[in-house]
Amino acid sequence: MNYNWNWSVLFEPEYFGWLISGLGWTISVALCAWVIALVVGSLIGVGRTLPNKFLSKICTAYVELFRNIPLLVQMFIWYFAVPEMVPEDAGRWMKREMPQPEFVTAVVALGLYTASRVAEQVRAGIETVPQGLRSAAISQGMSIAQVYRYILLPISFRLIVPPMTSEFLTVFKNSSLALTIGLLELTAQSQQIAEYTFQSFEAYTAATVIYVLIALCATVIMSLLERQTRIPGYSGKES
Amino acid sequence: MIELENVSKWYGDFQVLTDCTTKVEKGEVVVVCGPSGSGKSTLIKCVNGLETVQEGRIVVDEAEVTAKSAKLTALRAKIGMVFQHFELYPHMSVCDNLCLAQEKVLGRSRSEAEARTETLLTRVGMIDHISKYPGQLSGGQQQRVAIARSLAMDPIAMLFDEPTSALDPEMIKEVLDVMVELAREDGMTMMVVTHEMGFARKVADRVVFMDQGAIVEDRPTQEFYENPTSERARDFLSKILNH
Amino acid sequence: MGDFDFSVIIDSLPFLWDGLQLSLLLTFLAIIGGLVLGTLLALARLSGIAPLALFAAGYVNLIRAVPLILVIFWFYFLVPLALGRPIGGFYSALIAFVMFEAAYYSEIMRAGIQSVAKGQVHAGKATGLGYWQIQRFIVLPQAFRNMIPILVTQGIILFQDTSLVFVVSLRDLMTASSIVARTEGRLVEMYLFAALVYFVICFAGSLFVRRLQTRMAT
Repeated sequence: MNYNWNWSVLFEPEYFGWLISGLGWTISVALCAWVIALVVGSLIGVGRTLPNKFLSKICTAYVELFRNIPLLVQMFIWYFAVPEMVPEDAGRWMKREMPQPEFVTAVVALGLYTASRVAEQVRAGIETVPQGLRSAAISQGMSIAQVYRYILLPISFRLIVPPMTSEFLTVFKNSSLALTIGLLELTAQSQQIAEYTFQSFEAYTAATVIYVLIALCATVIMSLLERQTRIPGYSGKES
Repeated sequence: MIELENVSKWYGDFQVLTDCTTKVEKGEVVVVCGPSGSGKSTLIKCVNGLETVQEGRIVVDEAEVTAKSAKLTALRAKIGMVFQHFELYPHMSVCDNLCLAQEKVLGRSRSEAEARTETLLTRVGMIDHISKYPGQLSGGQQQRVAIARSLAMDPIAMLFDEPTSALDPEMIKEVLDVMVELAREDGMTMMVVTHEMGFARKVADRVVFMDQGAIVEDRPTQEFYENPTSERARDFLSKILNH
Repeated sequence: MGDFDFSVIIDSLPFLWDGLQLSLLLTFLAIIGGLVLGTLLALARLSGIAPLALFAAGYVNLIRAVPLILVIFWFYFLVPLALGRPIGGFYSALIAFVMFEAAYYSEIMRAGIQSVAKGQVHAGKATGLGYWQIQRFIVLPQAFRNMIPILVTQGIILFQDTSLVFVVSLRDLMTASSIVARTEGRLVEMYLFAALVYFVICFAGSLFVRRLQTRMAT
């Protein structure tokens, strides 16, 4: 092995600035996409459990479509194909006038993709709630909407905090795919530093350390959330 | 108060209820018993429309449960139901368990609901546990809270679906005591699926014995226990008495 | 949208087929490599030997915190450096995928191994079997059987992940589609077609998993 170490390159203002800006984009893309994923994913996940056959079929179709196509392909379709497929005026607007097109596209693509995974967690959570609780709520005269609002959703959202932690981490990792449509997020910046300075080891190490720190923060936040929302004396596994 | 006429129900090809007819008058306590799989739980769940029936008529308080136009939510709010596994809402304190439907279904204010909650919890001996969560209570305590939760809706009748069969033996009495008091002092109309003979003898006016989805006997309590007419009832009684 | 051009897809089919073959080959080899390495990591983690368990846990958690693209960049840089000579993009990508997927497979296998009842291990010990014999004949076969649906699901995810070799221009289905899309100026056709191919394969795979699950449940 033949390699000239030079860790100081990371702290040259120019490259350090690249890393910070990359980190900023990574966090912005991930958090915005996460909001979309939570909202859309919850609706789709709830929809799959509703007694209405038509609605639940549509929601199932959404999940199957979005999770069986690679995120990269989806990202390219949103970025390159969709502007050609919508009416001409809208397409022109998307290509020319939409602010921050790479950012918006990455957020939409990542958000809708992650929504399909969130939806599966939400559905599984709702289905884990024992049937008897549903009966109890119904027998008290609650409507379907009330049963969801007061019983099923509050319980299932607490139950799915642990699996959602891993989805939350995944959204940060998957935000790196935004580099394929030209968004200079963290991974792209580290590669750019590697190319400019030939200090690949240092550049990738910096990115790796930052991702590990992000993962640690996200894990801590989610475990705090889990502790906050834990139901005393309840694991969700009893009959 | 509760009338069932020729009720039949199928799960696919399998008939779970066959031509069941019985009646519970206002203030009456009727015990439903029978071997497991005899359809007794299904029958009681049909009364408040938790299970649908394919044939026959069920009328509660002059409203037809089985009608297509039935306002089931309004009806269910008037009928209390107690389940085998308590089914307290695990994410809510005891107090909130009692208040939720009072506020959201009956439209009571928080303070009205809390006042009613405190009265009922005192009555079932659970007022000291008002801030606890269901997971922190024993089975018997949970079931007493569940009974109070049903009573909080000021029901015109109560349905009990094997209320003591998930309980450890030493907790059965505390729950039965509450039920006996309810029958004797409130004159509550009750339909109770249970094997508890002591309870039946103390307060039940009639016993409905079911086997294989059909009502085999429907007679006053004392007659049923002392002189069952059907072979199947005799067989059943000898099994639950001889242990 | 009105001028959807099927002929560009048909003309490029042989080229795309070559790409798909590369995707599938990469998937297949990475599954095998990832499974072997992942199982070893899982055994190391459960071995009770502190340094070994610590190393395995550290590796798994490190890899799982980092995006696959960054891992690919890492190995594209590291592998030739470590070997002292370039070995071609395919092998670098393959090594990256094996090292990456091993972390995920190890978590699956760990859960699988822990799902095998403790009594089974005790029974093995009681009959005088050694550690590797117990793992080989008792624990791993049961763990694999429990884990088959999840392993296949992870395989589908891996197949989707192979599209990321796009970032190092390795000519898989995704890269091939993108090359045609750009040179022919047919972005809509090519990306929708690529999506369709991926969807059909992955959806078929997930139906297969569902059938496995129902068969195992009965």
